[in-house]
Amino acid sequence: MSDFPIPVKPKSRLRIALDSDLFYTFRRSPVAMVSAAVVLVLVLSAIFAPLIAPTNPFNPASLNLMNGFTPPMTPNAFTGESFFMGTDDQGRDVFSTILYGMRISLFVGVAAVFFAMVLGITLGLISGYVGGWTETIIMRTADVQLTFPSILVAMLIFGIAKGVTPVEYRDQMAIWVLILAIGLSDWVQFARVVRGATLVEKNKEYVQAARLIGRTPGAIMLRHILPNVLSPVLVIATISLALAIIAEATLSFLGVGAPPTQPSLGTLIRIGQGFLFSGEWWILLFPAITLLALALSVNLLGDWLRDALNPRLR
Amino acid sequence: MALVKVENLSRVFDVSKPWLNRVIERRSKAFLTAVSEVDFEVEARSTYALVGESGSGKSTIGKMLVGLLKPTSGTVEIEGIDLASETDATKIDAIRSDIQMIFQDPYASLNPRWRVRDIIVEPVASRGGKTDGLAEKLLEQVGLSVQDAGKFPHEFSGGQRQRICIARALASEPNLIVCDEPTSALDVSVQAQVLNLMSDLKDDFGLTYVLISHDLTVVRHMAEKIGVLYLGRLVEEAAPEDLFQRPKHPYTQMLLEAAPQMDGFGREVQPPEGEIPDPINPPPGCAFHPRCPISQDVCKRQRPEMRVLNGSRVACHLAE
Amino acid sequence: MADPVLSIRDLSVEIPTRHGIVRPVDGVSYDIQAGEILGIVGESGAGKSMAGNAVIGLLNPPAHISKGEIWLNGQRIDHLKGDAMRRLRGKEIGMVFQDPLTSLNPLLRIGDQLIETMLTHLPISRTEAEKRAVAALEEVGIPGAAARVNSYPHEFSGGMRQRVVIALALCAEPSLVIADEPTTALDVSVQAQIIALLRRLCRDRGTAVMLITHDMGVIAEATDRVAVMYAGRLAELGPVRDVLTHPQHPYTHGLMASTPLASQGKSRLHQIPGAMPRLDAVPDGCAFNPRCPHATDKCRQAPVPRVSNGQAACWYPLVDEKVI
Ligand SMILES: Nc1ncnc2c1ncn2[C@@H]1O[C@H](COP(=O)(O)OP(=O)(O)OP(=O)(O)O)[C@@H](O)[C@H]1O
Ligand SMILES: Nc1ncnc2c1ncn2[C@@H]1O[C@H](COP(=O)(O)OP(=O)(O)OP(=O)(O)O)[C@@H](O)[C@H]1O
Ligand code: SF4
Ligand code: SF4
Ligand SMILES: [Mg+2]
Ligand SMILES: [Mg+2]
Repeated sequence: MSDFPIPVKPKSRLRIALDSDLFYTFRRSPVAMVSAAVVLVLVLSAIFAPLIAPTNPFNPASLNLMNGFTPPMTPNAFTGESFFMGTDDQGRDVFSTILYGMRISLFVGVAAVFFAMVLGITLGLISGYVGGWTETIIMRTADVQLTFPSILVAMLIFGIAKGVTPVEYRDQMAIWVLILAIGLSDWVQFARVVRGATLVEKNKEYVQAARLIGRTPGAIMLRHILPNVLSPVLVIATISLALAIIAEATLSFLGVGAPPTQPSLGTLIRIGQGFLFSGEWWILLFPAITLLALALSVNLLGDWLRDALNPRLR
Repeated sequence: MALVKVENLSRVFDVSKPWLNRVIERRSKAFLTAVSEVDFEVEARSTYALVGESGSGKSTIGKMLVGLLKPTSGTVEIEGIDLASETDATKIDAIRSDIQMIFQDPYASLNPRWRVRDIIVEPVASRGGKTDGLAEKLLEQVGLSVQDAGKFPHEFSGGQRQRICIARALASEPNLIVCDEPTSALDVSVQAQVLNLMSDLKDDFGLTYVLISHDLTVVRHMAEKIGVLYLGRLVEEAAPEDLFQRPKHPYTQMLLEAAPQMDGFGREVQPPEGEIPDPINPPPGCAFHPRCPISQDVCKRQRPEMRVLNGSRVACHLAE
Repeated sequence: MADPVLSIRDLSVEIPTRHGIVRPVDGVSYDIQAGEILGIVGESGAGKSMAGNAVIGLLNPPAHISKGEIWLNGQRIDHLKGDAMRRLRGKEIGMVFQDPLTSLNPLLRIGDQLIETMLTHLPISRTEAEKRAVAALEEVGIPGAAARVNSYPHEFSGGMRQRVVIALALCAEPSLVIADEPTTALDVSVQAQIIALLRRLCRDRGTAVMLITHDMGVIAEATDRVAVMYAGRLAELGPVRDVLTHPQHPYTHGLMASTPLASQGKSRLHQIPGAMPRLDAVPDGCAFNPRCPHATDKCRQAPVPRVSNGQAACWYPLVDEKVI
């Protein structure tokens, strides 16, 4: 078919994204832009923590017990060293522990949400498209799980998983168990939303057209329906991320999460809490503020996304 | 030989409430007969139209023709092959690519996340066929431009989308296209464009159409034979001249009388009585009898058989 | 001629969007007399509903009336707000929409909805209102009206619901009824019933009706005069028989000619090339010029004059062009 001119270059995905209504509303929402900026800064500093952090708090060689309990911006009485956010009881730089802690928190949060998302989307697509008994079993399981607070579910799963892992691997596995626990406690809302959207999409005529030409149910679910149910998933994923970070912090705060060898923001808060009344407020305050800023801005971003993607509210 | 042969076709839907509700409310199962004992044949290279009001079973028949729904009983044979009972996979595949469908809603029939090119070539690509330049060629044939291949559906108007649907339907070089209300969602001026395009393509490609519509004027313009449906049953089948000049079934007569006419200024019609009955509990005998102005006792007891009358077929005890 | 019930003068509606201001209604003027049915036709997106909604003050922000006047029974109503508009809507203007379900409260018995509307707007007692509610349902042809007042909307079929909506729209004895595609969702046989009902009630009571539809057949059968809209503007306004059989505007002509009825017996339908422009890309001069077979440079530059009754908004109106 050479007798047809080469088609003019179609708009690229980036061009389309920049022209989109979503980007337009983003540019007009100060809250969204500020939250996005905060998230970006926090995420980048977590990723590049080894480059930014003055010390590696987990390298015992770099620690000096003499530096313990140094208040922020004040030289240490013994060593004369000064720390931006002070140090904790073991002389670890709080600023550095926060950067590294955020890495753990973010990693656990993102991985847990990703896990919940994949699980929820898969089960939601299948129950929406296939229907029948498959749907009944999946959705009733979801209903039952919803009657328990998700933090309880996470603790339960964490407890069981911990029980079955051999003692010598426990610390090593703790992070993965945490991800599994939070992810499993969170898939339900993804499954519900995806199932609802799938029920709508599967009756649309483009799906019938695909069935007509003999495409398999798998291909229809993946290629046709999935791309069209993703926008609500994106909203839930963002809001879930905020919740997952908090859930992780809660678990760690309760002492059932990240081990002290790999402290997350929650672990740091738990540690810092012990020193609040003895006057070393900074050990608690700075990790708490970071956690708050992170969770709040992710959440605000999710709120904005939900409004922006909901045509009725626009 | 007839391209499509429909015999004794019926389709029943189970419309019962869930088991638990039925037990609590002490209800029995409910069944809806959407299509009941329908027979017709479509000649190759002709246009056969199915008309009827909402819920008369037009779309259900269309879906059974293309294999999207399985008949409860009866058969649909296309080129002598019954999709529902055929076991030879190569034959099924061959027939599948010979049948296409165009849907009513041009907004819902195109996947909004796909580019037009991918949409159009999907019927060929999914079978592993060669698709170079195919989308561009088809776009030109349906009156769009080559550049449109790279765009997304939301960049097009309703009429243009329906052209894209037609291009997709043509991609696998089908013989039969089932068109389910292809222009109901379009404005008159755009409807004319799409109907003209369909006529042209029919001549160029030797297509056979089954045209589903509730618009009598469209059907009259396009079809060589028209089947009128009422509550899932074929009540009359005739060529357009016969049907419009000499409607034989009382329902057809009512439908023609009630349809608004563009030259009917200030026409005082005696509007028809009643509405379509509940399809879950249709009236016994002739389903039209509660609304029929000439119904007799026999109509309440006995379902009228389809019979040939002056070249038409009509299912009415009294038509003459 | 008596004073019109509704008089719209040079009405424009604007919506600010990110691509600039669009004008879904642009300089539209018409009157409706008591007892008259004025049909509004046009393609989807021509601004028919927007014009109707402007009259009843139901424009969704950011859409707003940017220019022009609306007079109802000698009172200017385009600047009325909140409560004053709401009172007017129930009392002086009745509404019938395409989807009867949206006009009925699903949680209230239909009798109660009728009674409540009458009590709000008419100086009558509750027993009187109850009596009238049954009468109103009888009038719109609901069998067994005395028993049916206690039913909920979902217990009715689509056609029956639309009758209830009409009863509701008329029960406060408004002087104007706006019916926006009242039969589009209904079957032909039910449509015929509803149109006949609307015509009978309005003739009997001398109510003025604005009937919005895109069905030329409904226009022909039901209306006295017709306004043809194109891209937010009035293309042609006149007595229905004149407009449909001898259209002066090339768009009306194309519209009529492209119906299968007008092309009966021909193998191809007459077709207008192209499609109605999007509102953010309405061409200069006459909005119809890119599709018009008679367009000249004048059409492409000079805005066409606004129309009054019996005229077409066209520099070169067709004379004696018969379509059906
Ligand atoms: N999947 C289904 N489950 C239950 N009932 C159905 C189903 N599909 C159709 N029906 C019923 O079957 C009857 C015929 O439906 P069908 O869609 O074929 O009508 P139609 O003639 O195409 O009407 P329309 O003009 O509204 O499209 C209707 O009463 C409908 O409610
Ligand atoms: N919020 C908005 N922003 C931009 N344009 C809008 C908005 N709301 C409506 N419009 C446009 O206003 C125009 C007029 O719409 P309207 O509903 O009056 O059309 P209509 O003639 O009633 O059509 P239909 O026959 O489809 O009901 C349409 O072209 C629509 O796209
Ligand atoms: S069979 Fe009887 S009821 Fe049915 S259409 Fe004929 S005359 Fe009417
Ligand atoms: S003004 Fe010109 S372009 Fe517009 S309708 Fe008349 S002849 Fe056509
Ligand atoms: Mg249908
Ligand atoms: Mg409208």
